[in-house]
Amino acid sequence: MTETEKTKEKNIIVVHDLWKAYGDLQVLKGLSLEVPQGSTVVILGRSGVGKSVLLRQILGIELPDKGFVEVNGLQISAMNESERYEAVKSMGMLFQGAALFDSMNVGENIAFYLRQHDKKIRENEIQERVADALEGVNLKDMQKKMPSDLSGGMRKRAALARLIVYRPKVILYDEPTTGLDPITAHHINELIVSTQKKLNATSIVVTHDLKSAVEVGNYLAFHNDGKIYYFAPKKEFLQSQDPMLADFLANAILTEKYLQQETA
Amino acid sequence: MKKVVSLLNVVGEYITLIFKVIWIILHRPPNWRLIRDQMYDIGVMSLPVVAITGFSTGMVLAAQSFFQLSDKGLASATGLMVTKAMMVELGPVLTAFMVTGRVGAAMCAELGTMRVTEQIDAIRSMAVNPLRHLVAPRFIAGIITLPLLTVFSCLMGMIGGFVVAVYYFHMTPNDFLDPLPLHITTFDFTSGLFKAFAFGCIIITIACYRGMTTKGGAAGVGRATTNSVVICYTVILIGNFLLTIAMNNCYNYISSLLEAL
Repeated sequence: MTETEKTKEKNIIVVHDLWKAYGDLQVLKGLSLEVPQGSTVVILGRSGVGKSVLLRQILGIELPDKGFVEVNGLQISAMNESERYEAVKSMGMLFQGAALFDSMNVGENIAFYLRQHDKKIRENEIQERVADALEGVNLKDMQKKMPSDLSGGMRKRAALARLIVYRPKVILYDEPTTGLDPITAHHINELIVSTQKKLNATSIVVTHDLKSAVEVGNYLAFHNDGKIYYFAPKKEFLQSQDPMLADFLANAILTEKYLQQETA
Repeated sequence: MKKVVSLLNVVGEYITLIFKVIWIILHRPPNWRLIRDQMYDIGVMSLPVVAITGFSTGMVLAAQSFFQLSDKGLASATGLMVTKAMMVELGPVLTAFMVTGRVGAAMCAELGTMRVTEQIDAIRSMAVNPLRHLVAPRFIAGIITLPLLTVFSCLMGMIGGFVVAVYYFHMTPNDFLDPLPLHITTFDFTSGLFKAFAFGCIIITIACYRGMTTKGGAAGVGRATTNSVVICYTVILIGNFLLTIAMNNCYNYISSLLEAL
């Protein structure tokens, strides 16, 4: 086995030369990315460059115009619909706005996956797992609350519990800390790290929050102009002398400091 | 030209959605609990509005028929006029209109909101087909409950007509009811039911399609909802005319064939 094959084998998510356009707007322009098993890759970048689009492509919610996405050795973009749903069973995504189902209470939201896919599971086991998942995100006894009764941070935590309950092997996070105060954001970051450790999951976090990226990521990537412009282990990334990256990091740090002063 | 292509694209997507939903229903039907909930929402919750519409239409029809026919000595046809009109035209169309306004709009708004708040993507991300979980139960519930609501609307119309004819115009109950078995045919009944079935398909699929393809936040949801109601009303009116012509021609053709045999 060659060195390249060994490396490829360890990569749970492989994105190769991905192109995606919406009408005349070319969002992804040959994006490639490899995510090693059990690691958390944080994709940083300015708003509107297509970071979330990448997550939707990995999950098979949208299909690329060109290129492919491979998860666990299965080419998601080449599958038919039913095969894609089968492949996605071991994946999960935390959406930017939490995306809890309005018509269900928190408990029903968290039990959704189990009720859909595990026909043999007993109701008391579902309730136990829901309670455990809620306790894991510090939302004990919140089963009966409706999503509309929860704050932004609580909604994110409930959505995280909805992921934890079915123990996915690949987790995608879309702007997990956007719109949250620094303390709640820090708490969400801690939950992401603990979830990753507990489930030994492979994760991709899309954010423009540098603090969050530093807290949760093993690898950092900079997304610019439809491509991954820079990808490196966290330390190497933060010490990079690349002018564009240095500019982004400097601006991000300044914004961070300003926000912290404002909050204080 | 661009608009024509875009329109054809929308029609293509809509037809694909219908086929996909039928395929899902035949191969992996949705959970019965979801269908039951939708039947309650579409059917039971629509009963009051359908009853009021049917009853008042029956009353008006009876009054107008009596006024128009009595001076020509045809007052005894009042019951027949009311029943026939309710069964073949007004029952299915008015019920479809009421369901569009009450259920179709809410359905489109609910799915549209789910779409713009990424709830539909969340369903997909948990390996559940949203067509199976959201659209198929509504579709099944719609095509079952619309004919039932139509029958109920016709009954209410007949009762409304009967009340006006007997208690206001002092017709005897027999005058109102006697012509019915002679002139109301099985075809009248089945054509009304078939129309209701077709309208059920139209309302649910248009509302679900517009909801599932909503874009542009809260404003987009509002636009999609208005749009779906307008499209439903238009398609129901045009569809009603085409179905009336097609079914009557088919009926006449089959009758002539049977007579020839």
